[in-house]
Amino acid sequence: MASTRGPNAVDLSLTVNGRIAAAHVPPHRSLLDLLRDSLGLTGTKKVCNEGDCGACTVLVDGRAVYSCITLAIACEGRAVETIEGITSEGKLHPVQEAFIAHDAYQCGFCTPGQIMSIVGLLRTNGRPSEDDVKRAVAGNLCRCGAYTNIVKAGVSAGRSKKARD
Amino acid sequence: MPQGPRVLKSKDEFEGEIYESTVIVEGRDLPTSQPGDEIGKARPRIDGRKRVSGTALYTQDVQLAGMLHCAILRSPYARARVRAIDASKAEVLPGVHGVLHRFNTPEIEFRNEKELFREEVRFVGDDVAAVVADSEGQARHALSLIAVDYEVLPHVVDLEEAISDGAPKLTPDGNIFDAGSYKRGDARKAMRDAAVKVEATYRTSTQMHNALETHGAVASWDGERLTIWESTQGVFEVRNMVRNALKLEPTQVHVICDFMGGGFGAKLGTYKYSLYASLFSMRIGRPVRCILTRREENLAAGNRSATLQTLKLGGKDGRIVALEHESWSNSGQGRWAANPTGPTNTLYDIANVTSTAHRVMTNAGALSAFRAPGYVEGTFALESAIDELAVAMKVDPLTLRRRHARSATDPRTGNRYSLKRLLDCYTIGAKEIGWSSRKAEGTRGSSAHRRRGLGMSSQIWGGGGGPPAYATVHFETDGTAVVRVGVQDIGTGTRTACAQLAADEIGLTMERVVVRLGDTDAQYGPGSGGSVTLASIGPAVRIAANEAKGKLLAVAGGVLEVRADELRIERGSVVSKGARTPLKEILSKLSNSTIVGTGIRHPNPTNIAIKTFGAHFAQVEVDVRTGEVFVEKIVAVHDIGRVVNPLMAESQVYGGIVQALGFALSEERVVDRALGRVMNANLEWYKIPTVMDVPEIVVRFADVPDRKANNLGVKGLGEPPIIPTAAAVANAIANATGARVRHAPMTKARVLEALAMVEA
Repeated sequence: MASTRGPNAVDLSLTVNGRIAAAHVPPHRSLLDLLRDSLGLTGTKKVCNEGDCGACTVLVDGRAVYSCITLAIACEGRAVETIEGITSEGKLHPVQEAFIAHDAYQCGFCTPGQIMSIVGLLRTNGRPSEDDVKRAVAGNLCRCGAYTNIVKAGVSAGRSKKARD
Repeated sequence: MPQGPRVLKSKDEFEGEIYESTVIVEGRDLPTSQPGDEIGKARPRIDGRKRVSGTALYTQDVQLAGMLHCAILRSPYARARVRAIDASKAEVLPGVHGVLHRFNTPEIEFRNEKELFREEVRFVGDDVAAVVADSEGQARHALSLIAVDYEVLPHVVDLEEAISDGAPKLTPDGNIFDAGSYKRGDARKAMRDAAVKVEATYRTSTQMHNALETHGAVASWDGERLTIWESTQGVFEVRNMVRNALKLEPTQVHVICDFMGGGFGAKLGTYKYSLYASLFSMRIGRPVRCILTRREENLAAGNRSATLQTLKLGGKDGRIVALEHESWSNSGQGRWAANPTGPTNTLYDIANVTSTAHRVMTNAGALSAFRAPGYVEGTFALESAIDELAVAMKVDPLTLRRRHARSATDPRTGNRYSLKRLLDCYTIGAKEIGWSSRKAEGTRGSSAHRRRGLGMSSQIWGGGGGPPAYATVHFETDGTAVVRVGVQDIGTGTRTACAQLAADEIGLTMERVVVRLGDTDAQYGPGSGGSVTLASIGPAVRIAANEAKGKLLAVAGGVLEVRADELRIERGSVVSKGARTPLKEILSKLSNSTIVGTGIRHPNPTNIAIKTFGAHFAQVEVDVRTGEVFVEKIVAVHDIGRVVNPLMAESQVYGGIVQALGFALSEERVVDRALGRVMNANLEWYKIPTVMDVPEIVVRFADVPDRKANNLGVKGLGEPPIIPTAAAVANAIANATGARVRHAPMTKARVLEALAMVEA
């Protein structure tokens, strides 16, 4: 029978992209590894695995966090949103559309994290300025150097009404 | 008339060197195209939806049923002899399926070495053993249980220490090796006769690639064939290296790279991780994943060599009359040097030039190509020194360069350039940055303790591409054109550019084109290095599309009972005398009969030098109290022939500049000399630029088709924009403050040191 206390694996229940997800995880399992390895949500990327780069950014209760340094068990009962969850019924989120229109990526590996940081920003600031967007993605490294267009995409997504809904 | 296959010699440039190869040519090349409705238009990427929705499949994301995980034990010592390994505790750990090390692994030749695990480990991070287990955690736990008996040997990691007399000799021939020399005219004599002389020493630190996706592979052996998913810049290079090492036939190795998370030169070809994954998979019969950690990436997956460079310049009557350049590159355990003297030998029309390059071996991880290898380091030194000479000669530095940038021939070979628009780049850039208002002593900045200055630098690179490269284009019954090529898209937009070229040639809109790439089941396509991808594959795609279109029109003529030469294709419809018939209507009548066009890359013209040129202009402010450099604006002007997609081309330039600013201001591998350990093998202490470090960037292109280069008039853009930025910034700092910083990155400490020299 599954134990409910550490240090052995524990039962965990949380909401991922609007659906209840149940998992049985050791207490040291990161949210990132839970998403990628246990739930198969590989859109969220692992780059540094120590909170330096932001590629693993997801929203927890609407707030952008680094999932590689967030324990899965700390998300018990909370709502996690990943890049896979912001597309609704096949329709892209305005931030996703803006990234395509502004070519706000090159290799695309940091892109899910960048987008989630900006989606998180738009939840509290519907019309961000350039500086607001910069602060929101200041913890998201992009080695290809797509920053100029990432900022343009963030500002332009804010101007799109749907992003604020 | 179609011509049958024939064998030709082709001479093509790759990363500054000319290589001759034997190529097979068939049929005729097309004349340089006139742009249709797609080429030259800013188009969003055709794979954008996948990139933004997390569905793009990278190597890291490949999860296969029964997949095992491999982890690598790495040397904690910079140099040591492996006397014995006891892996017995690791082997019996639950979940562990196998351990490879030097005492149980067959001889495998790889990267010019006879064995996978050497007796002597030669840098901190060198491979000692590999473990495969059910989970990554188990594999890493097992590594900690492997006992290795090391005999520690004397080491040297620092470039200048390695070339000094007391350094431990790492080979019987010492640590310094010849890496090429060049001479034209008589630089020594011209230097004696020069009226003004400048001599200076420059240094560049080791830069680490840090592509966000680390190196890695997933290998799966099905009993007959090995399939490898790898994050690579060259699927065929991976295939060939793996099959040579494991003695497999070409058809037994299948390499796939649909999306990859950055390479910047470090992923041309493969490394030992692919072999471990393959060996374990072949032995156990299950898929094996071996992906490097960030720390491993920074120890054992390549870097841009640190350099030490001395330059001497002589000026007379307003011209540069002599140029001498000697360089030493810290190649670590690498077997080649990224020669920094390329720009010295080829950029300017200077009569008397001598250059010598040395490769220095140290106990550090091997270098690998890093976006314009050698040219970034060399241009920093050369273009800084030219500004130093201009100051000494009291000539405007742009004026001095113009005098040496007019020649229409490559000074090294005497061949005429296919096209050269460097002077246009100067004119456009100077106007954009406001060069005419530049003061020789800089100006006051935005506050009393800040100085502002302007600086610039030129750039030369190849990027002409060449054969072999193949493409096919066929039509599906719904009118979709499918382009198949053996190259990969490393983030530059190759997939989208190929779609654009095919759409343009056939007369389709881009959404009617799909591109399949990153798979060795296609015919050969070159690795994405040396800025050659588009100029190599693009002309082949165009020929394939042209042939497919010709066949389609003939078929349409038959179906519509109209002469084929009265038909044309516009936006996906066959048009004849005002009547429009959608392709779908015609193709659906053909049942499963398929129209296929094939295209090859024809050789470049002989005795023509195909080069890319450019110039960057920088405006900076320097805080003279703290030494902090604020880059306010970069104007980048590039001559790359025809621009296929201005939106993606701009992205390339932004990216080159941002990486160059890291090289110029913040990126520096720090190695503890006593321990030989990299102290900042992570993204916290190794400082790559963030969004906060990006200045205003203005991008311009000369955008003139290079008609002599190939049937599209295109050249490469991957590397050019990283080349001139650092020197432009250094020259702007010198203009602002009078202080010459001769070591990149130009950190606050180094700027303060240079400022102190001015005051002294």
